[in-house]
Amino acid sequence: MNGMTSMNSSARNTARLLGAGARALLVLTVLCGVLYPLAVTGVAQGLFPHQANGSEVKEAGKVVGSSLIGQRYDLPLKKGQETPAPDLKWFQPRPSNGLGSNTVNTQYKLILSGATNRAGDNEELIQWVKDAKAAVVKDNSTPGYRVPASAVPPDAVTSSGSGLDPDISPAYARLQVHRVAERNHLPVQRVEKLVEDHTQQRVLGFVGEPRVNVLALNVALRELVG
Amino acid sequence: MSPVLAGVLQLLALMVALALAYRPLGDYMARVYSSPRHLRAEKWIYRVIGADPAIEMRWPAYLRGVLAFSVIGVLFLYLLQRVQGGLPGSLGFASIDPDQAFNTAASFVSNTNWQSYYGEQAMGHVVQTGGLAVQNFLSAAVGMAVAVALVRGFARSRTGELGNFWSDLVRGTVRILLPISVIGALVLVACGAIQNFAGIHEVGQFTGGSQQWNGGAVASQEVIKELGTNGGGYFNANAAHPFENPNGISNLFEIFLILLIPFAMTRTFGRMVGSLRQGYAILVAMLTIWLGFTALMMWTEFHHGGPAFEIAGGALEGKETRFGIGGSSIFAVATTLTSTGAVNSFLSSYTGFGGGIALLGMQLGEIAPGGVGSGLYGMLIMAVIAVFIAGLMVGRTPEYLGKKIGGRQIKFAACYILITPALVLCFTAVAMALPTPGHSMTNSGPHGFSEILYAYTSGANNNGSAFAGLNADTQWFNTTIGLAMLLGRFVPMVFVLALAGSLAEQRPVPETAGTLRTEKPLFSGVLVGTIVIVAGLTYFPALALGPLAEGLAS
Repeated sequence: MNGMTSMNSSARNTARLLGAGARALLVLTVLCGVLYPLAVTGVAQGLFPHQANGSEVKEAGKVVGSSLIGQRYDLPLKKGQETPAPDLKWFQPRPSNGLGSNTVNTQYKLILSGATNRAGDNEELIQWVKDAKAAVVKDNSTPGYRVPASAVPPDAVTSSGSGLDPDISPAYARLQVHRVAERNHLPVQRVEKLVEDHTQQRVLGFVGEPRVNVLALNVALRELVG
Repeated sequence: MSPVLAGVLQLLALMVALALAYRPLGDYMARVYSSPRHLRAEKWIYRVIGADPAIEMRWPAYLRGVLAFSVIGVLFLYLLQRVQGGLPGSLGFASIDPDQAFNTAASFVSNTNWQSYYGEQAMGHVVQTGGLAVQNFLSAAVGMAVAVALVRGFARSRTGELGNFWSDLVRGTVRILLPISVIGALVLVACGAIQNFAGIHEVGQFTGGSQQWNGGAVASQEVIKELGTNGGGYFNANAAHPFENPNGISNLFEIFLILLIPFAMTRTFGRMVGSLRQGYAILVAMLTIWLGFTALMMWTEFHHGGPAFEIAGGALEGKETRFGIGGSSIFAVATTLTSTGAVNSFLSSYTGFGGGIALLGMQLGEIAPGGVGSGLYGMLIMAVIAVFIAGLMVGRTPEYLGKKIGGRQIKFAACYILITPALVLCFTAVAMALPTPGHSMTNSGPHGFSEILYAYTSGANNNGSAFAGLNADTQWFNTTIGLAMLLGRFVPMVFVLALAGSLAEQRPVPETAGTLRTEKPLFSGVLVGTIVIVAGLTYFPALALGPLAEGLAS
């Protein structure tokens, strides 16, 4: 009898405690999951609408992407090709072998950000890096300018963490100058100047890394070519 | 300027920023948890909960509060994912399968944020913002509450009372996490992190056509993901995604957020036990390990050992141009020495030794400086062990902060430090012995083994980072890692609170000439030694099979 009573009362206590937990979760969800994000969104949209909505880049009034999100600059896919060939008229971004497309909720065509997750001794990664290096040398060598393999910087042959890296190193941008000048019938000095103008140095001299935004560079290039 | 020098200067800038915030924040948090006054909003919240914040709880009652709140949290988050398909504001995304929904619910409530799903294709606004981000606040506040209860155990005497769980939970959320998050979210938006409810929309491309982007409340979630040492990204690429972490400044700011509360809590501790120097001794031990690990990580990543990296000329696989090696290495150490697990670069593609450093950082128990709350209580447990070992060496009954460390206290501390390694090593052994879990590996050889060891280490220690080559969305991994996360979070909390209760009941022992001076640098040294020896003895054989074998081969 006694055992029964204490069991009942302990069940009642547990229920009461779980009820308090549920009410606490509810009220804190309203605070942290509704009011807080709405307030931040309101202020962010008021103060920094450009950034809050994705830092879109416009060309002649038309949106051509985001300054933060890397894109591919490829030729249209030809018959029999599995992956499109790069359009060598434009500055090329880093490889993005870890990028995927959505496998669920396929009513959308989403980009899945991600890395290759291959280790340094992974055979596949070794092959990717070798192939990328050979391609960079071949694509960027012009009749008057031969790219030595030792001049290829590491970012040109490795995939970024997000697969959406919008930037390349200044070294990789400079390496592409001769090719881009040739394909667009521009003087090399003019394209060199373009790269120089679009090179961002470290903030305050030490924060982040020097980089060149590929979309900004290509937008400026298209303006130059007309 | 060379990248190495720039990396070192970034580290120095980070230390200056943390040092500036240390005193005001540490003292503020001590006031938050000690003040008798309640804000009007808090009183209203207590009325809704139906709890009297003035009632003092002994350790079993405090623990029941923690567990009841967390059980409800897991249930609610599980159900929210299971009904997503029918919820408005969910972008038409389908409901999540039971095993993955369990894994994710366990993950976010245990402050782990292991993710076996891809955020951008699986979770709509309601689950991300109203479910996952909420637990980013609340699991952090629970961790801080338990740490404060342990500190009260040291500070109080001849009582068993440890405070009121509901009050600690609400104050941590309302007075500490929310205000910093509001400011931090706006800083991130100014840098370029997105904050909108645009859903999935088409955006034009340079070469024509368009691509589909996710809009969402990213910045508001990103800030608490780092500040609460949670780590679960809005997007799959986590803080490598430019919409979560747009540039070098946001990167440094996010690392600052990760380390901010865990370091400052040593000041809170010192304040509350009435001796700031006791807090500094703990801080010095944390700083020593953190700086040592960061230096080692930078060295191995700049050195780029490993065939693929040698051909490439640098270990930039999985790293973003805007962060480089320096900004990536500092982040990787901060995230694995705390219970964060956010990544701005992918650890599976670090050098063999670099991956090993990340793994060992978690295996130390995430105490340098550790997760919000969990870092402090984990470190105090290690301090109890260190005092005990030092006491054995000189043949005296060990004392810490005026409390006797007797058999009962040592049993609680020993159980605490055994539970996580037991979970990690047993689950890893079983997964390796069974035929199918190995199919989830992307890499083979030592690195493949590391993928599985890393997964359970990350889960049981509530970190959440991954050697993401492992395909973890299988029933086996969803279930076992889910269990490892829950047991690795809440079983240690039982021992922490039991220890706190036993300390609070004691009478303080007067200090004598024979008392170990735990506020001196010598004690910080003993503490670091104890931590390294305990983790080393536990994990060395497993590390030798994985990252050490890989690192030595390259």
